[in-house]
Amino acid sequence: MTQTQTHTNTAPVLEVRGLTQRFGGLTAVNNFNVTLKHGELAGLIGPNGAGKTTVFNLVSGFYQPSEGDILVCGSNTKGMKPHQVTGLGVARTFQNIRLWNDMSVLDNIRVAQHGRLGYGFFHAIARSGRYRRREDEVEREARELLEVFDLLRFADEYPKNLPYGTQRKLEIARALSSHPQLLLLDEPAAGLNSADVKDLIRLVRWIHGRFDVTIWMIEHHMDVMMELCEQIKVIDFGQTIAEGTPETVRNHPAVITAYLGDDNI
Amino acid sequence: MLRYTFHILLILAGGLITWMAYEEMIGLYTLSVLMFMGVNIIMSTSLNLVNGYMGEFSCGHAGFMCVGAYVSSILGVLLFAKDKVFGAPLLDPSLAIYAFPFIVLAGGVAAALAGLLVAIPSYKTRGDYLAIITIAANYIIISVIENLGVIGGSRGFMGMKRVINAMEDVAYLPWMPIWVFLFTVFSVWLLRRYLSSTFGKGVSAICQDEVAAEIMSVNTNKIKTISFMVSSGVAGIAGGLFAYVIGYVNPGSFNILKSTEALVMVYLGGMGSLSGSILSAVLFTLLLEALRPLQIIKWVVIPLLLIILMQFRPEGIMGNKELGDMFPWLKRFYKFK
Ligand SMILES: Nc1ncnc2c1ncn2[C@@H]1O[C@H](COP(=O)(O)OP(=O)(O)OP(=O)(O)O)[C@@H](O)[C@H]1O
Ligand SMILES: [Mg+2]
Repeated sequence: MTQTQTHTNTAPVLEVRGLTQRFGGLTAVNNFNVTLKHGELAGLIGPNGAGKTTVFNLVSGFYQPSEGDILVCGSNTKGMKPHQVTGLGVARTFQNIRLWNDMSVLDNIRVAQHGRLGYGFFHAIARSGRYRRREDEVEREARELLEVFDLLRFADEYPKNLPYGTQRKLEIARALSSHPQLLLLDEPAAGLNSADVKDLIRLVRWIHGRFDVTIWMIEHHMDVMMELCEQIKVIDFGQTIAEGTPETVRNHPAVITAYLGDDNI
Repeated sequence: MLRYTFHILLILAGGLITWMAYEEMIGLYTLSVLMFMGVNIIMSTSLNLVNGYMGEFSCGHAGFMCVGAYVSSILGVLLFAKDKVFGAPLLDPSLAIYAFPFIVLAGGVAAALAGLLVAIPSYKTRGDYLAIITIAANYIIISVIENLGVIGGSRGFMGMKRVINAMEDVAYLPWMPIWVFLFTVFSVWLLRRYLSSTFGKGVSAICQDEVAAEIMSVNTNKIKTISFMVSSGVAGIAGGLFAYVIGYVNPGSFNILKSTEALVMVYLGGMGSLSGSILSAVLFTLLLEALRPLQIIKWVVIPLLLIILMQFRPEGIMGNKELGDMFPWLKRFYKFK
């Protein structure tokens, strides 16, 4: 049903227009706009509570926006459930790792292919030809993905027993398992030591090249952003206050004010 | 060859029970205990799907058993037996022998539909609130039947023995032990195939992190619907068998107490473990029989055992593992997952 859409050169991977999200009296995101073209690697920064994660939650379909439109590869996601948005080609990781901890690493990768399994309950019960063919493919693909991520040796391990950095990596691998057009990374470097951060930078760049995927990431580590992103948007109190290359953004007066006293930057 | 050890053992066990029942080597009492064991295995494994694998808390499982029991009883009597209310059988009673499995399955399908009573609220409701809904569903089902005078209301419904007699007239075999055995195997087989597929692992994903499941492309509402329907449908099969084993059903025997029995078995065996649920159903049935002399006091003893269990081994006998994880050598004979 929800096959990943093949990329068309005409529509941008993501187009967000006038996005606004209110929680009661609080406006977490206010008239936010962005366009991501195929193959971009863009960043989203802002002080704590600026509304970054909320933007990701809106784009991945977890919240229905109060106002505005989100188009993924040209399709408006209004009224869609998150799994349907994922079917359009959006995958994400979470600020606080959300792996399925009582399922093997291999199963974590396998289950993330749920939306494009192509068989249902009765095929599973009958162990039909389609079921067996797809299960074989799912398993093979999952192992290949673990292999390229150098995680295959943990295939039968439970995620909760893995080191923190490896869990982060696994969560990214799981997101890629659904063949996304757009990968959203919510603070992938959070909680990593400096050696792991270096690995992460290499990993993201490698993913960007190898999986032909558009990446949009939130990150507090400015060095990660400087290394990776071509374009950065800065938001504060849900409002875009600056955008441009890492260099411009870093020296932008509004950004400096917003971050004043914040030692993250 | 090794791979089929388990299947061969299963066939031998089924054959042995049938043969011994046929030759009357095992008494009616033992036979009925064995059949209750089967019914209980179906009840505990199917409840484990919702409470163990999916992480919801259903306390109304007996309600669905009730639907299955009544639908298959009424269908059987209507079609194949002479009845005071329904009159002459609609079909030739000699056909009962072929129709019986479909009658039980029809009860299962009806119970699966009744499962929607819980499945649909589960889209928006979780945990304690959903637990309340399951209790409500149990009460609704019982009350509806109590108020249906045509099928006997609270006095109950019978006539199922005549359907079994019709089967025995065609071929004299211990039909009920055979059917209970086959349906027990069928139910566990169905649940296992569902849960071991990548599709069915969506159930565990929902249990462990529903938000992540939905975001990682699992259609959580669909999986919940299927799981509740399978769980209640299989309970309906247990109900149908139960009705024909006893030959009499009344709404009172499917109240919360019966649902609690199913809960006890699930927690005794271990959440998320089919082999645990099978083991605990066997033990629980034996325990009920062993404590029968205590009469009503057994309902002090059994809950007490539950308290002790929760204190000292809250994860149950198997605790989220299958037999194959506990005894790896068993995996040579049978693939548990
Ligand atoms: N579900 C919700 N209900 C009510 N308020 C919310 C909800 N989610 C977020 N908020 C509020 O919206 C604002 C933006 O939150 P958000 O998580 O998007 O910030 P963030 O930029 O990701 O911050 P951080 O850097 O700390 O992760 C915060 O004030 C937060 O308290
Ligand atoms: Mg955040």
